Amino acid sequence: MNDLVRMIPSVLMIVSPILIAAVGGMICEKAGIVNIALEGLMGIGAFTAATVHVLLESSTPLSAWIAVLAGGAVALVVSLIHAYASISLNANQVISGTGINLLAIGGTTFMSQVIFRMERTEPFKLGMMPGPGGIYPTAWVALAVVLLSWYILYRRPFGLRLRACGEHPQAAASAGIDVRRMRYLAVMASGLLGGIAGGCLVLTQTIQYTGNTINGAGFIALAAVSFGRWQPKGVAGASLLFGTAVALAIYMVNIEALRVLPSEFFSVMPYLITLVTLVAFSGKDYAPKASGLTYEKGA
Amino acid sequence: MKGTPARKTDLIDRILASDKAISILVVLLGFLCGTILVAAVGRNPAGMYTAMLQTLTGLDITRGTWNIRYVGEWLTASLPLILCGLSLAFAARTGLFNIGAEGQYIVGLTAAQFVAIYGPQIPVLHWALALLAACVAGALWGGIVGWLKARFSVSEVVATIMLNYIAFFFSRWATMQIPGANTYRTPTLPETARLTSPLLDRLFNGSRLNLGLFVALVSCLVFWFVIEKTKLGFELRATGLNRDAARYAGIGVTKSITTSMLFAGAFAGLAGAVVALGSFSYGRVLGGYDNYGFNGIAVALVGNNTAGGTLIAGLLFGMLASAQPLMQSRQIPKEVTWIISGLVVIFISLRAGFRLLSDRRAKRRTAGLKETRDE
Repeated sequence: MNDLVRMIPSVLMIVSPILIAAVGGMICEKAGIVNIALEGLMGIGAFTAATVHVLLESSTPLSAWIAVLAGGAVALVVSLIHAYASISLNANQVISGTGINLLAIGGTTFMSQVIFRMERTEPFKLGMMPGPGGIYPTAWVALAVVLLSWYILYRRPFGLRLRACGEHPQAAASAGIDVRRMRYLAVMASGLLGGIAGGCLVLTQTIQYTGNTINGAGFIALAAVSFGRWQPKGVAGASLLFGTAVALAIYMVNIEALRVLPSEFFSVMPYLITLVTLVAFSGKDYAPKASGLTYEKGA
Repeated sequence: MKGTPARKTDLIDRILASDKAISILVVLLGFLCGTILVAAVGRNPAGMYTAMLQTLTGLDITRGTWNIRYVGEWLTASLPLILCGLSLAFAARTGLFNIGAEGQYIVGLTAAQFVAIYGPQIPVLHWALALLAACVAGALWGGIVGWLKARFSVSEVVATIMLNYIAFFFSRWATMQIPGANTYRTPTLPETARLTSPLLDRLFNGSRLNLGLFVALVSCLVFWFVIEKTKLGFELRATGLNRDAARYAGIGVTKSITTSMLFAGAFAGLAGAVVALGSFSYGRVLGGYDNYGFNGIAVALVGNNTAGGTLIAGLLFGMLASAQPLMQSRQIPKEVTWIISGLVVIFISLRAGFRLLSDRRAKRRTAGLKETRDE
C-alpha cells in the first residue's frame, strides 16, 4: 500500500498530459469533428517545447512555461490543417488526421536534424520542477483544464451551442449558430491542448524529445475520450485509470506483489478496457451524434 | 459565372474527375513541397533526387558506380507496403477504414516467427506453413474488428487503434516467452523457414530480396480477381458504395463487413510474415511499430484502392523508404520522406473538397444557364 502512495506523484505526472490531450479530443468531438491526430499534435507540442526550453533554459526561470505555451501555439497552427480539410473541404476526418500523424513523426525529427544536427533535440538540464509533495504543476494545469472545459461546455451558452454542432448541426444552424466557426474553434482548442499536453509530457517525463517520446499517449487520450463517454467527469476518470496502468507498467518492478505479472499486462490495459467497454455499451449512444460526419451548409 | 473560359474549367473538371490524375497530382505536389523544404533548410535538393535515382536503378551518378543490389533493396522495402496497402484498399472497397493493418501485420509477424521456430524443418513446407499461419492470424485479427463492427456497430477506427496496441504488447510478451529470447530478439530462425532465394540473391547481387516478391504479386492478383471478378467482390463493393441499397438488394451487409476485414487482415498478416521470414534471420521482440501498416494508408489512398494502383503506389513509397539511408549520406534529413508521405495523405483527404468545389461550380454554371438564382 505504501508503495502505491509513494507512486501518486508519478501517476499524476503520467496522467496529466493524457488528461489534457483527452479534454482537447473531447471538445473536438463534442463539436462534431473526430481528431485522431492527437498523437501527432502531442508530438509537435513536445518537440516545440523541448526545443524552446533548451534554447531559453539558461536565460529565464519561466522557460518551461514559455516552452509549454509555445508547444500549444505551434500545435494549434498545425491543427488548422485538420480544421481546414475536415470543415471547409469536407475531407474524411480520419484520413486528414492520419496525415497529420504521419507529418508529425517526420516533421519533428526533420526539424531536430536541422536545428540540432541529430535525430532528437539536445537534452535540457532541468525540466519542470515538482512542487509540494513532489507533484508536478502539470497536474494542476490538467485539473484546471478539466474544470474549465466542464464549465464552458455545460454552464455557458457557448458550450451549449458547441455541443449542438456535434449533435445536430442542421438544427444548430437553423438556430443561427455558425456551425463551421464553432467547429474551427473546437479543433483549434484540441490543437492547443494537444500541444500543451505534449509539452507537459516532455518537460516532466524525459530530458529531450525523440521520435519515441509520445509513444501512444495520444492514442490513450483518444481511448479515454470514448471510455469516458465524452463527459469531462468520465474523461478525467478514464485518464486517471489509464495513466495508472501506464505508471504500473513502468514502476511495477519496485512492487513485490506485482512482479509476477509481465509489464505488458499493464501496458495493454488502457486499450483492452476501452475495447471491452466499447462492445459492452455498444447499444447506447454516448458519442455526439454527428461526430465524424461532414456538415454542408444547406444540405 | 458565365464569364469563365470554358476550356480552362473543362480541363480542371476533367482532372478533378479522374482518380488517377489526382493521385499523380498529389504525389507531385508532395515531392514539390519536400523539395522546397529541403532547399529552405539550406540543403541541396539534388541529393534527394540522386538518392532516389540510385534506389530505382542502382546507378550512383555522384560516383559513377552501379550496383543492382539497391534495386533489390528497393523491391524488398516495397513488399510489406504493397501488402499493407492491399489490406487498406480491400477494406476501403467495402467502405471501411482499416487503421488496424499495423496490428494485423504484428500478429502475422508473430505467428510466422512462432511457426519458424517450432514448425517442422522441412524445406518449402516450413515457410509455407509460416505464411499460412501469418495469413490466418492476420485474418482473425482483422475479422474480430469486422465482426464487432457488424454485430455491435463498434467504430472500426477506434477498435483497430486499440487492437494495434493489444497486438503489439501481446507480441512482445509472447515472443519473449520463447526459450533463448531476450528483450529484443529470439534465437536464429532455421534456414528452412526463411524466404531467401539463391536465384534472387544472385540476380540482385546479394540484396535481401526474397520469395516475398511472389507473395506480394500473387496477393495483387488475388485482390484483383476477388474484387473485380467474383460475386463476393461485387457484394463487397456494393456494400461499400451504399450500405442501404446493398441491403435492399439482398446482400448480407453484416457478412460482407466481416468478410472484408478477414481479407484485409490476411493481406496485412502476410506482410508481417514477408518481413519476419524475408528480411530478418532471427525473430524480433518488437520495440515499436514498424509503421508498414500506417504507411499502407498512404499507399492505398494513392493507389485508389485498386490492385494495380496499390502495386505502383507501394513501389513508390518503397522507393522513398529505401532511399532514406542514401539521403542521409548526402546530408538530406531522411525524414523528408515521411513528410512527403504525410503531405500526400493530407492532399488526398482534400480530394473530396475539390470535388465539392467542382460540383458547386458545375451547379452554378447550369444555374447560370437557366438564369435562375443560385441557392
